[in-house]
This record gives sequence, structure tokens and C-alpha cells, in this order.
Amino acid sequence: MSTAESGSALLSQQARGAVTVAKKNALIYYFKPPVLIFGVLFPVFFFLAFSLGRSMPADRIVPAMVAMALWFTASAVGPLVTPWERTSRTYERLISTPIAIQAIVAGDVLSGFAFGISFSLVPLLLGLAFTDTAVASATSLVCGIVLGALAFSSLGVLLAAPPVHGPSYIMMLSNLVRLPLLFVSGIFVPIAEMPAWARWLAPISPLSYCADCIRRGFGETGYFPFWLNPLMLVLFSALFSWAACRFHIRSRAHGL
Amino acid sequence: MIRVRGLTRHYGELVAVDHIDFEVHRGEIFGFLGPNGAGKTTTIRMLTGVIDPTEGSASIDGHDIRTKAIAARRHLGILPEDANVYVDLTVWQNVMLMGELLGAGRRERRLRGEELLETFGLQDRRAQKGRALSKGLRQRLMVCMALIGDPDLLFLDEPTSGLDVASARLIRQIVAERNRRGLTVFLTTHNMGEAEELCDRVAIIDHGKIAAIDTTEGLMRVARSRQSVDVEFAGESPPAAELEAIPDVTAVKRDASRYVLYSEQPGQVAQQIATLATERGYDIAAISTRKPSLEDVYLFLTESNGSP
Repeated sequence: MSTAESGSALLSQQARGAVTVAKKNALIYYFKPPVLIFGVLFPVFFFLAFSLGRSMPADRIVPAMVAMALWFTASAVGPLVTPWERTSRTYERLISTPIAIQAIVAGDVLSGFAFGISFSLVPLLLGLAFTDTAVASATSLVCGIVLGALAFSSLGVLLAAPPVHGPSYIMMLSNLVRLPLLFVSGIFVPIAEMPAWARWLAPISPLSYCADCIRRGFGETGYFPFWLNPLMLVLFSALFSWAACRFHIRSRAHGL
Repeated sequence: MIRVRGLTRHYGELVAVDHIDFEVHRGEIFGFLGPNGAGKTTTIRMLTGVIDPTEGSASIDGHDIRTKAIAARRHLGILPEDANVYVDLTVWQNVMLMGELLGAGRRERRLRGEELLETFGLQDRRAQKGRALSKGLRQRLMVCMALIGDPDLLFLDEPTSGLDVASARLIRQIVAERNRRGLTVFLTTHNMGEAEELCDRVAIIDHGKIAAIDTTEGLMRVARSRQSVDVEFAGESPPAAELEAIPDVTAVKRDASRYVLYSEQPGQVAQQIATLATERGYDIAAISTRKPSLEDVYLFLTESNGSP
């Protein structure tokens, strides 16, 4: 077998491994209480807190709800998987299979990605069915949902990287990171209307770009240039995934 | 199959494994014995890619465990000491998941899975969740998961520890049977009987260093001073000092009317005990010579800190 062939065989084997890891995560973790509480109930309650008693137009609520659902659901699976596997003593066997850490991380990202997209479709379809909102740019909407799910899921996996024994620490850490990033992302108040300090902070949140993209998808005016949103979401995804791999490899090498 | 050179692992100041060297040949069952904390599990964790060595090198089937880690792990089956099954998955899902992770094709892993569940008596429980299984059944399932990829090399870390007799025996039988079909096995155990029964060669590790490596017979020869004569007197027994005075006796232990006399020449010592008994009028109820067991050798080597 030539080097190129063996390289492509290895890549295909690792890709299959990543899909297997994602399937395993879907079977085991999608319906675990921490995922349902922090991934599904959180955005519902935030939505209620955000919209009850305020007369807001549907074309502002629906994009915000889709982006928020995506933010919480896509980033909810990753933080649970590795700490749970460490605690339930299945992690060591997983990393001793011929699946590289990078493929395991890719599988974890993939499972969060699929979970995020599935659940964000609920407010999207409900919004389209029961309000007068309409999709103005499918490209922008799909771009926001797909790239947003990838970035948020990668963030979730990165949050799981610290070698702690017990998912509760990581779930706490994940909320410590996710909630401030939510508040500066322009979900509740458009970025242009936020105070200056918050406008400065908005670009550090991947949710800002995703929400901007989704809003454009519903025909609203964007805050960032259109091209910047997908670029930043891809960069965030790459950075989070790379950092997650580095941390996981480092923890493994040190036996943590 | 496995080649280890100067393998070392530090945890901060602690040297868990200290420049060990050994080889495991294809087709053998290699026992890796040692007291708790001696470095057995750390060695397995390094060889299976769970942690990196601090120094030294190791290769599996010619693949360096660090530079060719994926290739080195491709044909391994692993039963980690402190592992568990996926408790939220069924028995069948656990086996299939591991087959998929190990790269077995769909048809291949189904056929093997059916065969393994049958062999390990888990067919009736295939739809049962991992959490519903007893410790013995979980361990059987974990061995199934280790074998589903049809490995060339199987790492077993304390595979029968804490198991019921039937499960332990079943696992031993299947390991021996697979070994006859060519499987190489790297086994750590605290059960000396198990090591004696299964292993072709044994390494004894203590304080992170290899104290001895040999066949079980070879190791027993190393501990010749642990050969003994067991003698039981009916009625009056001689004082211990009288037995200690017999030439070539290195130590005497007394347990009621039974004495154990350690010597490198147990046959001659037995004859002298008989002569002594005849001369002094002691009545011997039973007398026998005993070769050291692997347990004696293990204790001898680990208590003498690796310098027999």
C-alpha cells in the first residue's frame, strides 16, 4: 500500500471512528438530565424571561429564540461526555482503541452539532408555523445554524477538557462561560443598542456572529459585515477544536 | 510481539516504573506480577497508549507506542483493571460499539458478537442494560468487548479479581483456549494459582523495577531456599532448636505439631528428620517435601526487594 493510500485509509478509519463516537454519545448522553436541563430547559426559561410581559415583534423573538436554543443545546453535550466517561470508568478503554484523540474530539463535536441543530429546528419551525415571520435569506439562516452549531459544539468539547472527575464541575464551568457570552451577544438587546462596553465585548462571543447571521436570515439588518459572520464562526470552531485536542492530549499524556 | 526498553514513568517525585526492559513473544501468555503499587497497571497503561512514558521506548508488533500509536493499538484487546461497561447501553450495544471502535466490519462484528455472547453465557442477557449486570457478568462482557476486534494481543489487568468461581474459571478457560489459537496475552494478576496455571513466562515487578523474568519453573528454581520439608509428629514433638540444628536447614516454622523446615536440600533433610525421630523416639505422623509455589517465589523476590 502506498503512503497516500495508507494515509487515506487511516483518515477514513478515523472518520468512521468519529462517527461511532458521535453515535455512542447520542445513545448515551442526549437524554441525560444535565443535557436536558442545561441544553433544553435553560433556553425555554430564558425565552420566557425574555419575552413575557414585553410586547416584542415576532420577527425579533424568533431569530433570538433559534440562536439561543442553538447556543445552549449544541454546547450542552460536549461538557458532559468526557467527565461522565471518566467518572463511569469508560474513558480509559475509549482512548486505548485505535481511534486518535482528534477523532474522539471530532465525534464529541459532531454529537453536539447534531443535537444543537435538531433542537434549534423546534423554535424555528414553531416560529415559521405560528407567527408571521418568514425566511428572507435561506443561505444566511442555514449558514448561521450550521456554523453556529459547529462553533458552540466545539466550545462545549473544549469546556470538557479540564481533567476533573465528575461532570458537575464542568457543567458549572460551562455555565460560567456560556451565560456571560450570551448576555453580550445581542440576543436580548441588539448589539447596536447595547452600552459601549458591551459592544466592545460582543465580538468575543461566537453567539454574536451566529445570531447576526440568523437575524439576517429573517430579513433583519445585521450588525457585522455579512462575510465576517461565517468567517468568525469557522475560526471559533477551528480554535476551540484545536484547543480541545491539545488539552485532551496533554491530559492523557500526564495520566490525568 | 512486545519489546520494552528502559520504560520509565514518573508521577512528580514518584518513580512508578523505573527503566524496565522485557519482551513478550508472539503466542505466549506473559504474566506480570507484583504487589499493589509496584507499577503493573502503569506499565499496561503506557503500553496501551493511555499515558505516555517519561523515558524509554516500547513497541507492539514493531510499531512504536508513541510515534506509531494508532498502528500499535490496532490489534489490541484490552481489559483495564478499573474499567466499566457502558451502563446505559445493552450488552449487545456494548459489544457492537467496541467492535465498531476497533474497526471490525458490520457483518464481522455481528458474527463475532453472537459467538462471544454464546461463549460467555450472555445470550439471554443481550437486551439487558450494563447497569443491571452483576460484577461477574460485567467482567464477562468486558472480556467480550476486548475480544470483539479479534486481537493478536490481549492485555488483561486483574481479569478475575473479585469474581465468582464460575466466572473466573470461564475467563481462564477462554483465555487459555484463545492462546492455543495463537493469541498473545499480557496478564497481570494477584492470583498466583492463575499465573501458575496460565503463564508461559512471568515477570515480577517490585518498586517499579523488574525483579525477575523467567518461566514459572525457572523462577521456582531461583527460590530454591524456599523448598521445604513438612513434618507432623504424633504425640511428643522435638523442640524447634533440635530441628534447626539439622545441617542445611535455613529456617523452621512451627504450627502446633507441624513443622516446616526450609532447605535447599529437602530430600537430605527429610532423611535426617527420620533418623532423628528414630534415635530420639519421636513418632512421625506425616512427612513430605515441597517445592516452592509461584507464591513462595513471588514473596521471596518481593520481600527481598528484587535481590534473590
